[in-house]
Amino acid sequence: MAVLNDEQVMLRDMAREWADNESPVAAFRRLRDAAPAEGYDAAAWSAIGAMGWGGIVVPEEFGGSAFGYLSLGLVVEQLGRNLAASPLASTGPAASAIAMGTSDAAKSEWLPRIATGEVVATLAVDERPIHNPAKLSAQVTDGKLSGTKMFVAEGDGAGLFVVAATDGLYLVAGDEGVTREHRHMADERSHADIVFADAPATRLGAPDLTQAIVDRATAVLCAEMLGMAEQAFAQTNDYLKTRVQFGQPLSSFQALQHRMARMFTELELMRSVTEAALEAIDAGRSDIDQAVSLAKATASDTLRLVTREMVQLHGGIGMTDEHDAGFYLKRAAVLEAMWGNAAYHRERFARLNGY
Amino acid sequence: MASAAEVEAPADGLDQFRAEVRDWLAANFPRALRGKDNAMSAVDGPSDPTPEEEAWRKAMGDKGWGVPSWPKQYGGGGLTRADARVLQEEMAKAGAWNPIGGMGVMMFGPTLLEYGSEEQKQRYIPDIAAGNVRWCQGYSEPGAGSDLASLQMYAENKGDHYLVNGQKTWTSGGQWADMCFALVRADKTRKHEGISFLLIDMKAPGVEVKPIRLISGSSPFCETFFTDVRVPKANLVGREGEGWTIGKRLLQHERSSLSGGGGSAGRMLAGKPVSALAKEYRGTDEQGRIDDADLRMRIVRHEMDQRAFVATLRRAALEAKSNQGPSAATSIMKNVGARVTQDRAELGIEIMGMQGLGWEGEGFSEAELAQTRTWLWGKAVSIYGGSSEIQNNVIAKRILGMLDHQ
Repeated sequence: MAVLNDEQVMLRDMAREWADNESPVAAFRRLRDAAPAEGYDAAAWSAIGAMGWGGIVVPEEFGGSAFGYLSLGLVVEQLGRNLAASPLASTGPAASAIAMGTSDAAKSEWLPRIATGEVVATLAVDERPIHNPAKLSAQVTDGKLSGTKMFVAEGDGAGLFVVAATDGLYLVAGDEGVTREHRHMADERSHADIVFADAPATRLGAPDLTQAIVDRATAVLCAEMLGMAEQAFAQTNDYLKTRVQFGQPLSSFQALQHRMARMFTELELMRSVTEAALEAIDAGRSDIDQAVSLAKATASDTLRLVTREMVQLHGGIGMTDEHDAGFYLKRAAVLEAMWGNAAYHRERFARLNGY
Repeated sequence: MASAAEVEAPADGLDQFRAEVRDWLAANFPRALRGKDNAMSAVDGPSDPTPEEEAWRKAMGDKGWGVPSWPKQYGGGGLTRADARVLQEEMAKAGAWNPIGGMGVMMFGPTLLEYGSEEQKQRYIPDIAAGNVRWCQGYSEPGAGSDLASLQMYAENKGDHYLVNGQKTWTSGGQWADMCFALVRADKTRKHEGISFLLIDMKAPGVEVKPIRLISGSSPFCETFFTDVRVPKANLVGREGEGWTIGKRLLQHERSSLSGGGGSAGRMLAGKPVSALAKEYRGTDEQGRIDDADLRMRIVRHEMDQRAFVATLRRAALEAKSNQGPSAATSIMKNVGARVTQDRAELGIEIMGMQGLGWEGEGFSEAELAQTRTWLWGKAVSIYGGSSEIQNNVIAKRILGMLDHQ
């Protein structure tokens, strides 16, 4: 855990208590079975709005608290522990796109409504199943955006899209020229392909803003992955203490103890690099790109290890739908691929360092 | 958010001490020694000190700043942690290094300060603080490695003294040591409770030291034989049978001093960044990338691992300073440090190809020959000071609360 100020400690504890009690994995299970069209837990999102978490990265002049990305990460980590179906991880970076963008009108129109949780916003960047922000074809002509975006997180329910076009980043609000097609994914969360056909678009900035926002979204995703990994690991550790075979709790077998020790080691490294990436963003450092790639490559590898081991070490029960292990496994695989998998970020890190 | 800079920023009250340190360093640190670190080492033998080095050791010894936080009454610096940090910062700025070191400073001194009698502290600590006496560690035996408590070296109670018989091994720097802190068995009927902590004069009759040649060709460790060695009762630390408790405490000091390895050694290989060395030996493709795609990605993995380790060292240090209590991250440092160190050495010999496996001869550069030895010596890192397997046991039991096998 990074060194936190009093505000951050309070925020983290509050988020942890809220997520554990009000948005546990059981709530996600109910949501999956109910399958609402918007694809997220609307009641929970209202509560999040009321607590002001929508405004954690929104400047104070627009109604936010401007606590910053380490703080947003602390909250998203707690949501990740409980697999809370919340659009916060998408809305935060989208708010930054507006706040860092060049349109004053967009700032005053949208940021206050994002801060209160009235609006769900998201990023629409990729145009293929594999993350590649360098290969885009969406175009803007006379203020109208056209193009197709794939696997947009929260695409089913978002009221505001931050869209990457070939010449930079744009804001598309409302439904004019916007068609959504739900993509039912293994993680049972909201993903949609979005077709923009002459959708009215407001310019936010050049392609370097696109990359800056994708880096922010990636760092926040790492925080969600950290929370998931933490909880998947803790639950596995608990299970090994209760399951008895050969007259012994599984927890007493050294072969398993060493696997758990190895996972714990990787988890500690994952926490360090995730917090370092969030802190780099808050400090406005020049090497945010490297810090983010280090974090996402590490987070992908470690969450993969922990969730696969969660299923394996739970044995048969972990294979059943009734158990939560499968939820962690399936969400992990989606997040590994989102914003570039470990291989993508290792290659990017190599290029940034001139290897 | 309290940034690293804010946490480490000096409080106003420290400014006066900072000025005092600067003046003292200007007056006492010989400029000729700037950056020429020649500290006492736990494994290397004594070098012939130059007059400047000798003067610097004496100045630091007299001032007590070689062991800045040890109590003044035993020859230490008596500094608070904040003052000690100021001293460290100012020494780094001046290019000055600490000439006082070795096992006495790293492990034995802190343990004796905690468990020793008043008489023992007065007798042994000042010589450690002044860098006058070299200590070695008598722990491992041929039959007691990871299962240290099965040690057999026997200290027979002879009234006013113990008669010691047995063998120790992996005695770091035993051939140069003046004194040995040893775990011995005064009671053969009980395993852990039969162990005592004894201080043995390495020059006493019956002590014989034989260096062990390692796969790297160097001999930093010894076998040490004890035959009817008389050790005064005054040399027992703590009570008879308390040796295991004291000995384990000492190991904590050892582990905390060992875990810095991968981080402090940094990202250098043969004096260059790993990637630069790879480009030099392997060349680049048309896009300027390291001309071996597989090696290139393994270098990335290693670099990322190294940076994650450094980020974790930094996080653990900040957490400890901000009084969040000892960080759980500390328990992983020894293993990750060993992994980073060994991976880097493996990459080194792989990058250099046959040139990285030379043993001696004109056909190899000094850096290449050093790389071979570094690679081989590095295999010790995951074995000494509690093997990686023992560290994993500790993580599983103490941190994760995993259960004992019945």
